[in-house]
Amino acid sequence: MDIRKVKKLIELLEESKINEIEIHEGEESVRISRLGGVTQTIMHSPGAGDQTQTHSQPASAPVSSILPAVETGHVVKSPMVGTYYASASPGSPPFVEIGQIVEEGDVICIIEAMKIMNQIEADASGKITKILAQNGDPVEYGQPLFVIT
Amino acid sequence: MLDKVVIANRGEIALRILRACKEMGIKTVAVYSEADRDLKHVFLADESVCIGPAASSESYLNIPAVISAAEVSDAVGIHPGYGFLSENADFAERVEQSGFVFIGPRSETIRLMGDKVSAIAAMKKAGIPCVPGSDGSLSDDGDENLHLAREIGYPVIIKAVAGGGGRGMRVVHSDATLRNAISITRTEAKAAFGNDAIYMEKFLEHPRHIEIQVLADEHGNVIHLCERDCSMQRRHQKVIEEAPAPGLSKKTRKMIGDRCVEACKTIGYRGAGTFEFLYENEQFYFIEMNTRVQVEHPVTEMITGVDIIREQLRIASGEKLGYKQEDIDIYGHAIECRINAEDPETFMPSPGVIEHYHPPGGLGVRVDTHIYGGYKVPPFYDSMIGKLIVHGDTRELAIARMSMALSEIVIEGIKTNIPLHQKIIDDAAFMAGGTDIHYLENKLGLK
Repeated sequence: MDIRKVKKLIELLEESKINEIEIHEGEESVRISRLGGVTQTIMHSPGAGDQTQTHSQPASAPVSSILPAVETGHVVKSPMVGTYYASASPGSPPFVEIGQIVEEGDVICIIEAMKIMNQIEADASGKITKILAQNGDPVEYGQPLFVIT
Repeated sequence: MLDKVVIANRGEIALRILRACKEMGIKTVAVYSEADRDLKHVFLADESVCIGPAASSESYLNIPAVISAAEVSDAVGIHPGYGFLSENADFAERVEQSGFVFIGPRSETIRLMGDKVSAIAAMKKAGIPCVPGSDGSLSDDGDENLHLAREIGYPVIIKAVAGGGGRGMRVVHSDATLRNAISITRTEAKAAFGNDAIYMEKFLEHPRHIEIQVLADEHGNVIHLCERDCSMQRRHQKVIEEAPAPGLSKKTRKMIGDRCVEACKTIGYRGAGTFEFLYENEQFYFIEMNTRVQVEHPVTEMITGVDIIREQLRIASGEKLGYKQEDIDIYGHAIECRINAEDPETFMPSPGVIEHYHPPGGLGVRVDTHIYGGYKVPPFYDSMIGKLIVHGDTRELAIARMSMALSEIVIEGIKTNIPLHQKIIDDAAFMAGGTDIHYLENKLGLK
């Protein structure tokens, strides 16, 4: 879900007398609730197996950014803009699965940019605990792709 | 009309392009570096894509990143703005090859004009007056170069073939310093532009910088939008620009404008472009052509009423120019001050958080800027943070209006060159008009 949409929802909540708002968009959902003056945002996206939980300041202070949950582990970020592919070609098995142990330097996904399939390597060793992008997703520079612990 | 455009730039020009796109119903994709998440146009764009870290080389100059962003966002066109990749012929070519519309001239044209020696040769052929010079790159033959310099007549200026925008040049006043100047300039050119080819031209001692704006569509229609006077410069960087050029007659304007239009037709130019000249003793001398929209385009917009960015988008969409030459009339006078985040006296860059920002306003006052209260000016890019433009019925009124606007604008938290602009606007010689390109540096005691 677009981070700007979530920001807009938080603003809406804070400007109104509503205590809680939950929006479903396709398979994604966001619940924003005001608990004792603190606005809490819980985002849920399918397939990512991940729940991002954030807190923000009470309504008096403008929300300027939503802080991602602190990941315990190493976040592999996209080194380029492009299209994320989980496997070498359509139909072949994905490079990695959740729970798989990888060594630094192992190819964990492909990002296609300008018709070139760039093999993206793990920049840490450990177990893949989260896969944050889906096959075919457009990804931007710095976007979190995997968590390795 | 193009459906969706990637704005491959940042700051005020990215916002300018976004505004034009929005007005025309063109969807916008803002590409930005990690340092530019909070750019105003990024917030306003329909989509935004982070393309790299702060360093320009890895973001705004990163060709695969920009084109990849166009791919993932399904954009149709890419607008390069000014600076960065706007005059990179390879970029234009790759954009075209990747199936996108490059909003600008054809890559061959950019290549032709990017090489200063080939540009001059092409312009000479097209009947554009040029500065007497070496008519080609200099060889390593010291004696030959000495002979050339004497023939042209000192003082001469050594310039990088792959340079431009005021960089990679050195003035030589006599035989004694020629050899050294040539080798140093060669080394600098290699380092700055990756190409050590250099050429020589006569150095004009009191010229003004007068440039002609042109627009050309894909159907062979070309018009000029008259001239701008950009003589107020420091270290070859423009500080204040105005339109029209004080003292230029209608006849002269028509003569040089028509010549530029003919030259465009000869080289098959497409898009917006500017022919830059040095003007001395009522003679024009071509120095270079900029194959992109320029920073100072607003002053031309104010006196002609033509929206140059809009025309660029229309031309790129394959449409005919919205104006014929006879439709172009100039009215009044416009002046632009480039507002930089820098110390007004030492010119040291002054990045940081803008604590208070209050724009000036009123009839004939235009502010093209991306800054807002709380915006943090990053240290990684050009120090220009905005442009203050005024228009008045006469040059006197425009000057009075600029003085008023400069006294009204508030930018606190960082240093800006607003005090410098106030000094120049109050200067008697500036008020009289027609100062040459060395005037500012002489006035500031920098020469």
